[in-house]
Amino acid sequence: MSAPRKRLEVVGKSRRRVDGRAKVLGQLRFADDLQLPRMLHAKLLRSPQPHAVIESIDVQRARAHPGVHLVLTGKDFPVPFGIMPVSQDEYPLAPERVRYVGDPVAAVIARDEQTAGEALELIEVKYRALPTIATPEEALAHPETRIHDYGESGNIHRNQAYEFGDVDEALAHSDHVFDDVFFYEGNTHLPIEQQASLAAIDGEGKLLLSSSTQNPHYLHRQLARVLQMPASQIRVIACSNGGGFGGKCDPGGHEFVVCKAALLLGRPVKIGLTRQEVFYVHRGRHPVLMRLRTGVSQDGRLTAMHLQTLLDGGAYGSHGPAATFYSGVLTPVTYELPRFKFEACRVFTNKPACGPKRGHGTPQPRFGQEIQLDKIAEKLALDPAELRLGMVTRPGSLTASWLRVGTTGLAECIRKVVEMSGWKDKHRKLPAGRGVGIACSTYMCGAGVSIYWNKMPHSGVQLLVDRSGQVTVFCGSTEIGQGSDDVLAAIVAEVLGVDTGVVRCVTGDTAITPVDLGSYSSRVTIMMGNAAVQAAERMREQFAGAVAEQLGTTPERVVFSQGRVFAAEDPGRGMSFAEAVAITESKLGTLSAVGSYTPPKPPGKYKGGGVGPSPAYSFSACVVEVEVDEKTGWIHVPKIWIAHDIGRAINPVLARGQVIGSVYMGLGEALMEEQAFRRLPPKLSGALVHRIPSMLDYKSLTALDMPEVEVALIEDPDPNCPFGAKEVGQGPLLPVMPAVANAIYDAVGVRIDELPITPDKVLAALELKAAGKPPRIGPERFPEVPYPKPMFVLPPWEGGDGNESKMPRPLGVAAS
Amino acid sequence: MSGTARIERRRNVQLRLSVNGEDTEVSFAPYKTLLELLREDLGLTGTKHGCELGECGACAVLIDGEPQLSCLKLAIECEGRAVETIEGLARGNALHPLQAAFADHGGSQCGYCTPGVIMTAKALLEREPNPSRDRIREATAGNLCRCTGYQQIVDAIEHAASELRGEAK
Ligand code: FES
Ligand code: FES
Repeated sequence: MSAPRKRLEVVGKSRRRVDGRAKVLGQLRFADDLQLPRMLHAKLLRSPQPHAVIESIDVQRARAHPGVHLVLTGKDFPVPFGIMPVSQDEYPLAPERVRYVGDPVAAVIARDEQTAGEALELIEVKYRALPTIATPEEALAHPETRIHDYGESGNIHRNQAYEFGDVDEALAHSDHVFDDVFFYEGNTHLPIEQQASLAAIDGEGKLLLSSSTQNPHYLHRQLARVLQMPASQIRVIACSNGGGFGGKCDPGGHEFVVCKAALLLGRPVKIGLTRQEVFYVHRGRHPVLMRLRTGVSQDGRLTAMHLQTLLDGGAYGSHGPAATFYSGVLTPVTYELPRFKFEACRVFTNKPACGPKRGHGTPQPRFGQEIQLDKIAEKLALDPAELRLGMVTRPGSLTASWLRVGTTGLAECIRKVVEMSGWKDKHRKLPAGRGVGIACSTYMCGAGVSIYWNKMPHSGVQLLVDRSGQVTVFCGSTEIGQGSDDVLAAIVAEVLGVDTGVVRCVTGDTAITPVDLGSYSSRVTIMMGNAAVQAAERMREQFAGAVAEQLGTTPERVVFSQGRVFAAEDPGRGMSFAEAVAITESKLGTLSAVGSYTPPKPPGKYKGGGVGPSPAYSFSACVVEVEVDEKTGWIHVPKIWIAHDIGRAINPVLARGQVIGSVYMGLGEALMEEQAFRRLPPKLSGALVHRIPSMLDYKSLTALDMPEVEVALIEDPDPNCPFGAKEVGQGPLLPVMPAVANAIYDAVGVRIDELPITPDKVLAALELKAAGKPPRIGPERFPEVPYPKPMFVLPPWEGGDGNESKMPRPLGVAAS
Repeated sequence: MSGTARIERRRNVQLRLSVNGEDTEVSFAPYKTLLELLREDLGLTGTKHGCELGECGACAVLIDGEPQLSCLKLAIECEGRAVETIEGLARGNALHPLQAAFADHGGSQCGYCTPGVIMTAKALLEREPNPSRDRIREATAGNLCRCTGYQQIVDAIEHAASELRGEAK
């Protein structure tokens, strides 16, 4: 039933977010704020060795220490875990082998943290050191030092290749071919809240874990697996997260440890990770080396691209299989690209595992591509903004790789930032030392497939309404600061014509909320939102049917607005929302409605074609201005302009906050953030360690460093999205890094083809320039990677049907 | 260290201080920081921690009106001092103008850094009722926030300042 059209009353209006009050009062309970009677405290012993066999662990003295209740080791956890079914390669406590400095090997549960910490020092672990792998190049060169005994071969975890149309042939016929190598250093999420978890056994004997997790549903499944107990006996509550950014997506060893301890001891057990441990747990941005060979026609159109990526995965699988795909699959979504070949390889190294960080795998190739476009524009003597405008993908089109581009506001985004920033008067026109750069990007609104294969909905919402007029909405979605509870309340309030103040959100609790897959891949607004629209519309239908007669109209003519329910033809008469509920409850009994959402089937049917499709894509364009001090290499960013195609902003103040927060994180990645490691000298074990795992050494922008950001939200509602709203939490990060690099080139004429762009690199490039050498800092070459033979798929416009097909030209025959 | 010394160290000590305007007497383990005393012994978990090493600012409280990192302050140093935390800011059920402004202008996303930033901002506005945006950025530069990009924090503090000066519309 479609209700009479009314103007939007909640959606699109800036409002205090529904959880705002509790946050500013300090009343919101994060995981570490929870305390229970008889609660014990856990601490983990972590490996000081980057790669070693555990020969023995002696816990006798720790066990005997006064105040210690339990000591656990790898023996207590025979079953491994891993967020992806194909990478179950990690144990809560390492049983036989440690693979990075920080790998947990034992746990002490004691009356307080102090005692647990003392007892950790009494545990004696004998390690036999193994050779360590520090870089992807070493990983490829030393297959005999195997970090894992699964994967493709040697230290290659994932290795894949796809070709959509004959790329070599297209490159051979292009007017120009640009061949560039880029490097994107790894970096970490650095949420201000360190992970914390509290496990307890409830009155019914069931396990309850309250945790700082972005994905309670996946954690729930993993707990059942590792603890070998039925999922029905486990309840996971995702506390509000103090920032996630992807860092709380993987289950953590500590979460299994406190659960196991609570089950054994029958007492609540809590753990709070230290900042140092948060650096060890990591799961952050993969360091990626990439090569882009791109063909271009003289008039500035892309003909083909061959993208190769090499990902440094760290010590475990984590989300690696997905990250490997994402290091390329979204590349063709922004600009028309007739043919595309994509090879990707993820290797293991003896460093903390990499995983999903805001943008998950996609910022790295976007960085390379958007800098390369700047080089292309210069070579073709085109304005970089015009070059991009001339080749944006069309709404509803398919990419060579069979992704369906839905609505796109990219052209509008480009025009908007060009106008806001005064681009035309600045680019190549500012005095020496000052410059502007532009870059664009796209991101998906939710992954089209779940992390484990199933045919069930990706999000479910349940509504309860009773005669009090209060609306309670249940959803497994997780509030990590992005405002998902507010989106949920706003959507329900809009459909039912009430204020968000009467909507109570109950979220992220596997015992009482319908499954939602979690806060990742920018899926929540779209998937939870669509489920919420369905549930609320079904509820509204019940009300309309029940009250129509009394209002002297038909159900279709009943309007829900501003807490009132009335007939469209007679708005003056009518009843309060609560009265309408009471009438309906008298007629129908107790009231409830459910809604759910499953993403559409992707058009690409080839194996692997499930990663990349999304119900919708957001787009962004960004202009960054820089001032570079040629004497010191110091980079100052006075201002950033960004336009983001959001479809529709549910709560503009929050949407703008997501955009600015993304720009902030992107600027940090551009200028300073790096998860860097070094080798200790041989006499200090030669171990591979973090430079220093602390917030002082891991540089991030402060309020003083952060420029003002001017934001434009481009609103063109997308039919696949609730009220047209696309994602905003990740996309706006993506264009920032290449825009900074391009601005530096405009300012001082040097190319920094790797991140972060630090003053020393700028200085080194300026010295090259002064010496008459190519003024570029970046990786010199791309190593030989043994990629497999590509799966060949014909693009839609070459007669393909979305399945794998035969390469038209036999392999090994040169393109003519 | 001998066993007896260890037990001695565990012996609670007694402390009197003013917390959010109320005289408070508390018995606690002497090694604890003010942060731990507030969160664990007084149940005031509004004050957060992101490092416990003086690096993030999440634990900022006011001691005799001065913003201080409670993770670097031993609780026993606070005898007789006046400590203010986020829990003491609202008047009855009404939010303090800083709290309202943070909630309304996007100054708080995940909310985890929020108590520390608000307490720091309170100290600033008490001293300088009309700070420039740059001055606000400078004063809050010790409070890391990973969510907001700081801009809406600065907006919120500006709004609160004008509200406190009685200029708000
Ligand atoms: S907890 Fe980070 S400065 Fe105190
Ligand atoms: S609001 Fe999340 S850290 Fe500041």
